[in-house]
Amino acid sequence: MGVDADAATSTQDEICAEMAALRAGYERRGSDTEPETQPRLDYPPYRSSLLRHPTKDLHHADPETIELEAPVFGQRDVGALEADLTIQQGGEPLGERMIVTGRVLDGDGRPVRRQLVEIWQANAAGRYIHQRDQHPAPIDPNFTGSGRCLTGEDGSYLFTTIKPGPYPWKNHRNAWRPAHIHFSLFGTDFTQRMVTQMYFPGDPLFALDPIYQSILEPAARDRLVAAYDHGVTRPEWCTGYRWDVVLTGSHATWTEPDDGGVA
Amino acid sequence: MTSELTPTPDLTPTPGQTVGPFFGTALPYAGGTDLVGPHHPRAIRLHGTVFDGAGAVVPDALLEIWQPDEEGSVTTEPGSLRRDGWTFTGFGRTQVDGVGHYTFTTVDPGATEPGRAPFVAMTVFARGLMNRLFTRCYLPEDTVALAADPLLASLPEDRRATLVARRETDGGLRFDVRLQGDAETVFLAYPRHARH
Ligand SMILES: [Fe+2]
Repeated sequence: MGVDADAATSTQDEICAEMAALRAGYERRGSDTEPETQPRLDYPPYRSSLLRHPTKDLHHADPETIELEAPVFGQRDVGALEADLTIQQGGEPLGERMIVTGRVLDGDGRPVRRQLVEIWQANAAGRYIHQRDQHPAPIDPNFTGSGRCLTGEDGSYLFTTIKPGPYPWKNHRNAWRPAHIHFSLFGTDFTQRMVTQMYFPGDPLFALDPIYQSILEPAARDRLVAAYDHGVTRPEWCTGYRWDVVLTGSHATWTEPDDGGVA
Repeated sequence: MTSELTPTPDLTPTPGQTVGPFFGTALPYAGGTDLVGPHHPRAIRLHGTVFDGAGAVVPDALLEIWQPDEEGSVTTEPGSLRRDGWTFTGFGRTQVDGVGHYTFTTVDPGATEPGRAPFVAMTVFARGLMNRLFTRCYLPEDTVALAADPLLASLPEDRRATLVARRETDGGLRFDVRLQGDAETVFLAYPRHARH
């Protein structure tokens, strides 16, 4: 490639041209090929991926006993207050208080019950508390940006937090990430483990961001964007967003189709 | 307009995204590396290094393991995040250190069924890695079971070797992860994963 994986040498225009070329290639694919609903592991506009993506195809494996189960988390693991990121420190964090809520479903539409959801995010100014974050925006001493909860019997989760700000990164010159919250999720199979990012509606940075654009199917990409929900918004208190997550299907009650047609 | 109207959800799996560089204050936790205490009579060190396609160490990866106990039983005990020092929960999580190295303290996994090759299931996350990767770390000893293992049998010899840990003289297991390159670790797709 001749591109340094971690040097911010490209311009935004160059990154946008690379992304447009990949998008055009995707749109020219045969009508018999399935939509790409997961990110491409090999997506050069995200420079750090150049040396970190497998070059060989993922190898098909039928799940074994251990992979058909998942770690169990309980109330011993997660305190009830860990879902409220606005009360973890001595005082109240600055920014737009909001609720993010939704349901975690498996690939058959069943709620994922009593399972761990973890989040982390930048503060309202776009700064992580992480020491590697060098963005010269203020740290909020009242905001760690990390939370956890267990889903309910209906698969629902709810966090109270602060709306994160966008932040710069060094992928290319003047690179900015759209505002997002990182989510980590477990299912009932270890094969359902996933980490993703939730975005906010209408972010002007979507078109410029190679992490968001690494999902080539537009409808799949859109599913990472939460919806503003006035039914979640609380009067005189905070705004509300709704975002549901669908994990891959559980294999527990699944049998291989006769034609072996599932890759 | 209320949230009571729930449309039929699209059950295509939600896309994954990279774990990014800033997970360190959220995901690692005290005791994440210790599936058993160091004084457990059969405690071993499971360790290795994560490498990129240029052979450089990856200093910002996160690894998780999930395994049966020594008898091959899969536990349903909670407590992985707040360990009591006694209960085997089967789950571990750690960030690699500045030279890409990870260490878990655990026990050898047992065979979940008689004659099956025992292994530790592993997921790999890193900045620069767009989506999580799944792999397996097999124990090297039971060569008959390894030869009969359906996954290993479906791989050419050189690729098979990337999934088998090396037993060290102190009883520990060495298992390196290579994200890219000639000795690239075999990463897995399960039947219900999307093709892409
Ligand atoms: Fe982030």
